[in-house]
Formats: sequence, structure tokens, C-alpha cells
Amino acid sequence: MRYIEPHAHMVSRTTSDYEALAYAGCKAVNEPAFWAGFDRSSGDGFYDYFRQITEYEPKRAAKFCIDHYCWLCINPKEAEDVGLAREVISIIPNFIPADNVLGIGEIGLNKNSKNELLILEEHIQLAADHDQMILVHTPHLEDKLKGTKLIVDALNNQSKIDPSKVIIDHVEEHTANIVLSNGYWAGMTLYPESKVTHNRAIDMLEMFGDENVWLNSACDWGISDPLSVPKAALEMRRRGYDDEYIDKIVYKNPVQFMSQSGKFKLH
Amino acid sequence: MKKTNLVDHGFMDARIKLIDVAAFLDRIQRHEQTDDYRFHALKDAINELQTDEVGRVGRILSKLSDHSVEPIDKADIQGAFGAPKPNNQ
Ligand SMILES: [Zn+2]
Repeated sequence: MRYIEPHAHMVSRTTSDYEALAYAGCKAVNEPAFWAGFDRSSGDGFYDYFRQITEYEPKRAAKFCIDHYCWLCINPKEAEDVGLAREVISIIPNFIPADNVLGIGEIGLNKNSKNELLILEEHIQLAADHDQMILVHTPHLEDKLKGTKLIVDALNNQSKIDPSKVIIDHVEEHTANIVLSNGYWAGMTLYPESKVTHNRAIDMLEMFGDENVWLNSACDWGISDPLSVPKAALEMRRRGYDDEYIDKIVYKNPVQFMSQSGKFKLH
Repeated sequence: MKKTNLVDHGFMDARIKLIDVAAFLDRIQRHEQTDDYRFHALKDAINELQTDEVGRVGRILSKLSDHSVEPIDKADIQGAFGAPKPNNQ
């Protein structure tokens, strides 16, 4: 089986995980910039992080014949500090030309605060100004519904944004339709406790359709499973879906979305 | 697509999860911690399990969501609790 892992924070995973991904058939990973589990104190911390995901991680992935792509931003958990967020946004254009950068992400909201929304809008403007695709993080648990609505409004308000070049990740049963009906792509995240199980993701494919969706693990420093996408594929097979359908969901759909950036090329 | 018997496939998993929820409610009650808003949010959401219309998951998620519409003034914490605080609605 071949597949793409379209949302993984490989900086916090071991090299053994790259090996496991390769054995499972992973051809490429997408690494959105995120919160590292603690707040960084300066723009320099982000400068080093952006170097890591544009220079170092692609080499680590290549050792296992996996292509590595990334997305740049200051994530919403650190966006409450507007001064720091603006400093980080100002260094992002230096990294956009890097070969493996597909866009701006994972931007979005966390607690749905005024400052988070302000910095989200500034990131959307940055993407519009530099003609970049966008990968969006939606808030957790009780904050997800409200945050998804605020995010969709903010994106709809920027006329230069093409919804087909934006993926809104971590959708659940109560938010998927808000995302898809507005023309955005929807990501379903297979993550313990705070997101969806394999079976719920497959249920959502049955309910909302198999177009403009992808599955991802969002594996990071937390309790998470870098192999959750191939495990969901096995669950699809057990439910009776054939290889062609599974290939569409775990390979062709992410390839279709990511190919909208001219930089995405599978080797 | 060949049709899998989804009851065969999922019943035991659903059964153990249901029993675990019941054990959780009993445990909270035995330890007299039922004044927590999350206990009541869960019990309220469980009512949806008894409805006959498809869409139980979405309705439960909606019940466990903050339905306010304005951004909050400031993010004082980074995490979430799984159910909206009663004064938040
Ligand atoms: Zn993430």
C-alpha cells in the first residue's frame, strides 16, 4: 500500500518512526509548524525551528525514501502574545522560497481569543500576499465548533483566498459540513481522546463523501500514533472497501491537494 | 463493496465502552464528586443515545460545545476541558 501522511510533527518523533512510516508505505509527509509543548520566548526560537523543518527534516526523511514538505507560521497557542507573533510573521517570507515549503500553517485558533483571531487574520493576509496555500488547525473539544465558525468567517472575508487551496484540519461530525459546504478541504485527524477514531473517520467519509478530504495522524510529542493512517486503511479494508477506494483516500486525495503547490513532486 | 457484518465487527467494542461510561458515572457518585459541571454535561449528552434519529454523534458533540459566538477577551489557559463551563454559554 502507498500513502501520504499529510499532518505529522516529525521534529518530535524519533528516526525509528520514519523507518516505520517507510515500511508502512508512506511516500511523503507534511509537517505544519506547531506548538512544541512549551512556549518559545523569542523570534530566534522560531528562526531555528523553521531552519529545522526546511533544512534538516527533509534530509532525515530522505534517508527512508520519504519526501518531506512543511508549512510555516506561529501557531495559535503562542499567538496570544501579539508582539512575538508579529516578529515571527515578519521572518516567514525569508523561508517561503525553500524547496519544501507548501504554504502557511497550521494557523487557526486555540481558545478563540481576540488576539488569536487578529494573528489568524494577519497570517491569512500573509498567505494572500505571497500566493500561498493554507493549512488550518481547529481548536480542541468544546472550543472546536465556535472556532471553526470563526475561522471559516475569517477566511471567507479575505477575497484573495481560494477555498480549494485551504485545508481545515481536525474536523469532527459537528464541523465537517461547515468546512466542506464553504468549499474548503477537510482533514480528519486520527488522534486519541481529543480527535477521531479510525471508525469515526470512515463513518464521516460515508456521511460527507470522499472528495476534498484527507486522513492524518497529527503525531507529535503527545500520546499519538504515527501509523494511524495505515491502521485506518486496514479498518477500511475490514469494512469491505477495495484497494482503489483506499488509495483515493490515503494517497490520491492528499496528492491532489498538495499538487496545487508547484513545489510538490513525488520522487 | 462486499458487505461486512458491522454488528459482529463493532458490538463488543461498543459494549465495553458503554460499560466503562456506566462505571465512570458510578465511580463519580460513590466518591461524591457529582458537583462537577462535566458530570452533568456527560449525563445530559447521554440522553442522545436514546434517540432514534441518525446523527447522535454530531448532536452529542454539539451539546459538549461552547455555543457563544464572540471571541473571548484573552486566552488565560491553553487547554480545553471537553465540555463548556456553565457560565460560558
Ligand atoms: Zn498539528
